[in-house]
Amino acid sequence: MQFSTLLLILCGLVVASFVLARRRAIATAGGYKGIRSLHSLPAYYGYFAAMWAAGPALLLLLLWSAASDPIIMGRVVEVLPEPYRSIQGPELDLVLNDVRVLAAGRGSGTEQQQALQGTAAHYQSLQAASRSLLATLAIFLALAGGLYAYRRINPRLQARNHVERVIRAVLVGASTIAVFTTLGILLSVVFEAARFFSRVPFHEFLFGMEWSPQTAIRADQVGSSGAFGAVPLFTGTLLISGVAMLVAVPIGLMIAIYLCEYAAPRVRALVKPVLEILAGIPTVVYGYFAAITMAPLLRELGQALGLQVASESALGVGLVMGVMIIPFVSSLSDDVINAVPQSLRDGSLALGATASETIKRVVLPAALPGIVGGVLLAISRAIGETMIVVMAAGLSARMTANPLEAVTTVTVQIVTLLVGDQEFDSSKTLAAFALGLVLFLVTLLLNVVALVVVRRYREQYE
Amino acid sequence: MNTELQPPDRNLASAQVRQIVEAGLARRYRRERRFRAYGLLSVVSGVLFLGFLLATIALNGYSAFRQTKLQLDLDLDPVVLGLGDGADAGVLASADYQAVVKASLGRLFPQVVGRKERRELNALVSASAGYILRDMVVAHPELVGRRITAWLPADDTVDMLFKGRVGRGPDAGGQLNQAQLAWVDELIADGRIALRFNTAFFTNGDSREPEMAGIWGGTKGSFFMLLVTLVLSFPLGVSAAIYLEEFAPRNRWVDFIEVNINNLAAVPSIVFGLLGLAVFINFFGLPRSAPLVGGLVLSLMTLPVIIIASRAALRAVPPSVREAALGIGSSPMQMVFHHVLPLAMPGMLTGAIIGMARALGESAPLLMVGMVAFIVDVPSTPLDPATVLPVQIYLWADSPERAFAERTSAAILVLLGFLLVMNMAAVWLRSRFERHW
Repeated sequence: MQFSTLLLILCGLVVASFVLARRRAIATAGGYKGIRSLHSLPAYYGYFAAMWAAGPALLLLLLWSAASDPIIMGRVVEVLPEPYRSIQGPELDLVLNDVRVLAAGRGSGTEQQQALQGTAAHYQSLQAASRSLLATLAIFLALAGGLYAYRRINPRLQARNHVERVIRAVLVGASTIAVFTTLGILLSVVFEAARFFSRVPFHEFLFGMEWSPQTAIRADQVGSSGAFGAVPLFTGTLLISGVAMLVAVPIGLMIAIYLCEYAAPRVRALVKPVLEILAGIPTVVYGYFAAITMAPLLRELGQALGLQVASESALGVGLVMGVMIIPFVSSLSDDVINAVPQSLRDGSLALGATASETIKRVVLPAALPGIVGGVLLAISRAIGETMIVVMAAGLSARMTANPLEAVTTVTVQIVTLLVGDQEFDSSKTLAAFALGLVLFLVTLLLNVVALVVVRRYREQYE
Repeated sequence: MNTELQPPDRNLASAQVRQIVEAGLARRYRRERRFRAYGLLSVVSGVLFLGFLLATIALNGYSAFRQTKLQLDLDLDPVVLGLGDGADAGVLASADYQAVVKASLGRLFPQVVGRKERRELNALVSASAGYILRDMVVAHPELVGRRITAWLPADDTVDMLFKGRVGRGPDAGGQLNQAQLAWVDELIADGRIALRFNTAFFTNGDSREPEMAGIWGGTKGSFFMLLVTLVLSFPLGVSAAIYLEEFAPRNRWVDFIEVNINNLAAVPSIVFGLLGLAVFINFFGLPRSAPLVGGLVLSLMTLPVIIIASRAALRAVPPSVREAALGIGSSPMQMVFHHVLPLAMPGMLTGAIIGMARALGESAPLLMVGMVAFIVDVPSTPLDPATVLPVQIYLWADSPERAFAERTSAAILVLLGFLLVMNMAAVWLRSRFERHW
């Protein structure tokens, strides 16, 4: 039976349970006239039965689809033809993958695949058996659940309370997904990073000065070890982010100040959405712009001034990234500057200060914690930004403080290490997860500090 | 500041103070004006940069919406096609259509005889022209044996020359040699070269040939991915928001959840890609490059955005509505689902659209789950290998052919168009349904 047919049948059963249960609830109350003797509205009895029909069957479907393939594969391994029976580990996975490919009818007729023809047929028959067993069980569960609920219906059954309890559980479950996501990120990154650190010592990664992750194809190749010292990546990331912040913080802050303190309401209403467009442009577009337009522009400018500007210079990347972050800084600063009480401004102006003096001596100091929080968030965004640097920054790790040279960043390396064909067990791919761990922890720290700072600041004036 | 009203020397100190203040006034006003000018300059530079960015991309990309085509007289001779007498659909589909195209070019330039020269001549028309002809003939088998006139796409080198994107010599970026340039000039003089609307750009998947590459594959991949994202993140996000805003007690666990949500909203997107690679692909064994996996990753990323927006929408519903509902006897659950939720829905939908727009522009996490493969086929389910629009842009940006630069910009224009429509829908929704209490 097709999976979609099964789902359709289950849906039908659930709807039938709803209709029948609702009808029975009305009947037990003695028709529409006696409806007030019911504890809940009739529809709740319907929902009650529908939940009993759907819940257990869906749970079974979920468990089955997670557990059935490993069990079937365990059986398949037992009947593998003679030469394959003794192999283990990753090679066994390759063989089993061939079995899967054959069973799906996409075999390409290699020698191994011909030898596995029989196994694949066995796999197919097991799969078919599993599917029909699942269908029978699921339909049985839906029927049994629906019937159980149907039998329990009487005017005193607190159907609404049952239904609401389930809904509440679903709501609670949805709210915990954020926690599970964080946990998932942490576990997946930490787990792989731990495997990396079992091969490359922790201090070598964190304090090593050389980064060349190209591990060799043959074991006896020269320079086959690869070097995993991440310091050049950190300095590169800091250099590019630094340039970006030098662009974004002054301009973003001045925009926020101008729009809050000087601009007429009409100008503000016009300029704010225009700047928000900058925030809405996908980063891949900025990356393209940095690589195609900004880099040649800077190189020609450099030539005119007699400077040697690399075509993947940190300056170009940082400038474009800075522009990307401007709306982020300006909207966060806008919020905090607006939150400074008007009375502070009025007091300063009444003492004879000019508008700019009021801003510099009163408004900005009062808003400083919030602005610092916003800048921290902006730094975290600059460090984690990927597409701009992947498209426009360099690949070779170089330790330099000269923004005219090409540097590489943590995110660039994660992408280059993980994109394309990869064996999942090499130090090279695992190194990407170690970098990911560093990136996650640093941004986490920045975010938490920023959130605490901003929250404390808000409370101060509320 | 009328000085005559005050007694002349009641207090010498105050006169001195005034003198000092007035002496400094000019300087302070100058400073004020300068500060104000800095602010204006910042605003103007931001707006100018936006204009520069959009103008560059529009100027680079607009020409890709039209494609240079050659008008050829094609002899669909069964002999040239390699067809026997009984031509069924299978035979028709595998016939040699490129030979027909070559023969047609040969008739236009009978003076070209050498092997090398013929190859250079044939390079003027797209290497995929045969496939277009094949589709035409398979759809209309009665064309076999007739002579038809058709506009077929020119090779990208001719396309670039005709659009003026490259000059004629190799110094100016041109890739045609003198003989080819002469042939092109002759074709132009005959009126056999023209710019036509580039349908292939909107209907094809990716291709190695710039003139055949299109964004339909990426668009459909994006569509499937957004579908998965929306189906997962909107119900979950709204449910989480309802719980946190309406039912959750104030305790440490709920605080912890809120910190998590706020933090996830600021985690770099590439970290979500790492999660997707480690969990969805390596642990659960879901297929690489599938929009399903991309959608799963992006729904985790969009979830915080939707939760935060939905909570704001719920908070905007006045407490009086809740009190009235409870007062007429609804349970808290009925109060939320029958009264509060419908009123908060426009705000939630606005948040969802903005979250979807962000997901549409996202590419970094998708690189991690293998959506960067070169995929020619247009996906037809969320499980087929696919790429998405921003990743298609990234892939084309890396291609060396000059013609891909133009197409990259055009694809960006299309992507920005989608984003504009989505954001306008959000604005419209907000202004149409927003209620001020």
